[in-house]
Amino acid sequence: MIEIASLVAIASIAISIALNIWRLSKGPDLLDRVLALDTMVINAIALTIMIGIWYATPVYFEAALLVAMVGFLSTVAFCKFVLRGNIIE
Amino acid sequence: MTNDMPFWLELIVSALLIVGAFFLIVGSIGLAKLPDMMRRLHGPTKATTLGIGAILVASMIHAGATRGYLSYHELLITLFLFLAAPITAYMIAKAHILCDRATEAELTPTGTDAPWSTLSSTEEEEKAAAEETAERA
Repeated sequence: MIEIASLVAIASIAISIALNIWRLSKGPDLLDRVLALDTMVINAIALTIMIGIWYATPVYFEAALLVAMVGFLSTVAFCKFVLRGNIIE
Repeated sequence: MTNDMPFWLELIVSALLIVGAFFLIVGSIGLAKLPDMMRRLHGPTKATTLGIGAILVASMIHAGATRGYLSYHELLITLFLFLAAPITAYMIAKAHILCDRATEAELTPTGTDAPWSTLSSTEEEEKAAAEETAERA
């Protein structure tokens, strides 16, 4: 049963990433694209955790944590750059 | 994958996976379909909190069932995302308001004499930043 649920979850995460890529390419504004990238990072974390559940290893936890941190930092740095034209003043 | 889990545990893990996947896809559909930037900002927060949260709890229970000990460190990701999500949403909203001068007219009035704090501080900050750069030069 977990196999079926995992496959459904992985398929819906893949559809979510496809929708995010559509918004990333179409997005009328710069910040739409930043938001689409942020959501893509969230979906990438979910996909990493799904790989960890599928192979039943704890290795992918560290990867998911690192992806979460990199995504948060890059979004904040991008917004700071849009706001001030500089990241560290 | 191993199949030596009791049935009720499999049921809980599967239900949590389906709930998490549902909220993730709802967040992304919201990001794709909603009409303007501020409304689009509203969609992915569901994916961040409920979607990732449910999938992480499923991962915790699954790890506890297959390896024999409950792993708590998935809660670290949940905690980090719960702390990070409001900050990213705030930064994107503020950058959007300050970038797009047309949205300033669309903001609802505050109801008091004071203007929106995001907008009121900008002129002074810009003046101070200009003075600072002038001093440095």
